[in-house]
Amino acid sequence: MKNQHSFKLALIALIAFSGLLYLGCSNQNQTAQKNTGALSGNVASQVYVPPGEYDEFYAFMSGGFSGQVSVQGLPSGRQLKVIPVFSVDPEKGYGFNEETKPMLNTSHGFVPWDDAHHPELSQTNGKTDGRWLFINGNNTPRVARIDLTTFETVEILEIPNSGGNHSSPFTTENTEYIVAGTRFSVPYPQKDVAIDSYKENFKGMLSFISVAEKGEMEIAFQVLLPAFDYDLAHSGKGKSHGWTFFTTYNTEQKSTLLEVNASQNDKDFIAAINWKKAEEYIKQGKFKEVPAEYAHNVYDEKSHIATSTMKKTVRVLTPEDCPGLVYFLPCPKSPHGVDVDPTGEYIIGNGKLSADLTVHSFTKMQEAIANESFETTVAGIPVLKFEDVVAGAVKDAGLGPLHTEFDGRGNAYTSFFITSEVVKWKLGTWEVLDKAKTFYSVGHLMIPGGDSGEPEGKYLVALNKITKDRYLPTGPELCHSAQLYDISGDKMKLLLDFPTIGEPHYAQGISAGRIVPNVKKFYPIEENTHPYRAMGEKDTRVEREGKTVHVYMTTIRSHFAPDNIEGIKVGDKVYFHVTNLEQDWDVPHGFAVMGANNAELLIMGGQTETMLWEPKKEGVIPFYCTDFCSALHQEMQGYVRVSPASSNIALSWGLGEPDEEEVSSDD
Amino acid sequence: MKNTPRILMILGIAALLTLFIFPMWQITLIAPQYPDGVTMHIWINKLGGENPSVIQNINILNHYVGMKYIDEDAIPELQYFPYVILFMVGFGLLAAYFNKWKFYLTWGGIMVVLAILGLYDFYLWEYDYGHTLSDKAPIKIPGASFQPPLFGTKEIISFTAKSFPHISGYFAGLSILLAFVAAWFKLKFDKNEISKSNAVSAADALLYARAKVN
Repeated sequence: MKNQHSFKLALIALIAFSGLLYLGCSNQNQTAQKNTGALSGNVASQVYVPPGEYDEFYAFMSGGFSGQVSVQGLPSGRQLKVIPVFSVDPEKGYGFNEETKPMLNTSHGFVPWDDAHHPELSQTNGKTDGRWLFINGNNTPRVARIDLTTFETVEILEIPNSGGNHSSPFTTENTEYIVAGTRFSVPYPQKDVAIDSYKENFKGMLSFISVAEKGEMEIAFQVLLPAFDYDLAHSGKGKSHGWTFFTTYNTEQKSTLLEVNASQNDKDFIAAINWKKAEEYIKQGKFKEVPAEYAHNVYDEKSHIATSTMKKTVRVLTPEDCPGLVYFLPCPKSPHGVDVDPTGEYIIGNGKLSADLTVHSFTKMQEAIANESFETTVAGIPVLKFEDVVAGAVKDAGLGPLHTEFDGRGNAYTSFFITSEVVKWKLGTWEVLDKAKTFYSVGHLMIPGGDSGEPEGKYLVALNKITKDRYLPTGPELCHSAQLYDISGDKMKLLLDFPTIGEPHYAQGISAGRIVPNVKKFYPIEENTHPYRAMGEKDTRVEREGKTVHVYMTTIRSHFAPDNIEGIKVGDKVYFHVTNLEQDWDVPHGFAVMGANNAELLIMGGQTETMLWEPKKEGVIPFYCTDFCSALHQEMQGYVRVSPASSNIALSWGLGEPDEEEVSSDD
Repeated sequence: MKNTPRILMILGIAALLTLFIFPMWQITLIAPQYPDGVTMHIWINKLGGENPSVIQNINILNHYVGMKYIDEDAIPELQYFPYVILFMVGFGLLAAYFNKWKFYLTWGGIMVVLAILGLYDFYLWEYDYGHTLSDKAPIKIPGASFQPPLFGTKEIISFTAKSFPHISGYFAGLSILLAFVAAWFKLKFDKNEISKSNAVSAADALLYARAKVN
């Protein structure tokens, strides 16, 4: 007995020891893998872009909670620009200067921040066309449009009846519409009710935003749905053009402890919206025009001024009144991304709490609808039978599938958050072809054009949520990261990882050649229609209207005109309208005033921007150019004299001393 | 064949008229921060550039060293040169009408003189801009001249300056060549005619002499 006992103990010790040994080994393996970055061969040359050369692709990465978009080159990963979208940016004066303040206006007033999630390039015939980039603001529901000739935000549209714009913007194949589905269902119409009256009072709203030829956005219609959480979306393409698919979670319709309560149903739904049908219903007048309040903000590239208009109504379609508008496809389990393959046949539900990846067939869906083979109806919406519409499943590929993109060669790539990997699999056979580790916890992934009808399947970028030890530590807060893989061969090859701003929820990539030829170098000054422009130094002046003073100022290398101003008084509201007369590429001028309570101006060639300055103390206040503009940049400065409110000093302004010849002729 | 000189002269006039359609000269400044260069165009009647902002951008560069602002209104030649060219067009049409080789030759000769004077004038302006520097220039480089080359390539401080004819400059040169070719053709044609008519008049003289003898 005793012997047996000690034998058992020895056995346990041995097992424990070998376990430790194994752990040690695997740690060693991990370390080895990390040190080499799992690289093989000469990958450095694959991401090396020599000085002065361009990257092959633009990548547009959402800044997440920074409210911005970062523009990076691929394959180098170099950061080219940060575009302010939903967040004020003191660097560029965005949201601080008088011209762009209206961009951030909402029905809640000025909202200087948002959570920017999913960038989406405009498309023509299912191909990214490089005209615009759209992105959603998740917090105060908005969508924005960025003009890719200037890389500036030119339009922001607020979404009414939404509690958080997450399943957005995801374009149709000719950018007929971008969409905006609410992540958080809210009372409809918004009202003061008990939270536990969720099932009774709350609704989920999906919005379809039409995009006009010149890009202007308008809410064409909204679709009123049950109070689920609408997570992500993608529009059909090719054969499924005319449909948009939204994933849902919280079909349990709970309002508290969702991490448990919204994870009970084995299957949630993919909501399939037939937007062509919706157009018919709109034509037939089967919508309700309901009161709403939402801001539409447009930046004019000629006047350089944004205007904000408050809209008062929106058209709402109700599925009960519009048969054939909405169907639910059952999908395991709390799916995140819903992704449509380049042919438009396969609709992939990335069931993030499931081990399998479910693929639905658009053809089968059409058949099931034609046969009216429904499992049940939910709130008047037919639920198709899972087995009728499923095309196949990718089995045991990993844990936590989030999002899938395509390479255009019949392969799909899915990110698995929990197991930190990207899995390559084959459409049609559903076999797993390859797996690549990410460091760490990949969220979305991106292949240039990977969610369009024509992917450019050379690189894949994994957008990682956690970096831990990947970079030099920077205190408790660490950067998120992107990892670049070469997917041109059979096996994915990790090439590079680079830090990103905020949190890159999603990204878009596009061949540089589709954007570069249209990029503007400056704004032609003769097209400037700003009401306070100065078209040359002759136009510069200072005008007083009561306590308001307008300074018509110009910049050119390297001076302000005027650069000496007197007659300003404490308590004045001084508007510096600064026109940059430069007509050359890459010659912005900055304008900063000591004690200004907003930010600098950063004025591009041909542009006029306005800073409001309210001097509070008398004295002589310097101002200067902040953006190194020439060899004489440091001399680009001036003074404003501020006198007491009761002073009688007349307004005067000037530039340069009187000519010596004039002085001598006066003698 | 008979009209060849006329056709050549008309082509020459057409070539000359391109002065009103294209620039005649260009000066390009190249530097690391201007990889594509800044190209200024000189027309018969105005100054310009590859884009409307070239003159402004060259003036911004020039002001660091105190060079005068390039202003087309300050160059009177741009006012009267077009009339000189129009005069030469009229003169050329007359030459084609009368179809005399001396006329063609004279036209070509005047054009050569005008071209030499024009280039000399161009040189004087370049000298003026390159050497007349403001006392208040922010950057003073002792002994430096900023005069661009008359023809060819020259290093000016950090810039490479290139000065070459533009389209209508080449066409104006071609017009001179065409006038000389017209003169040559006409001369050759006239000589043929003379030898023919000389032969005829020799026969006449003989007849006349015989008649006189008889």
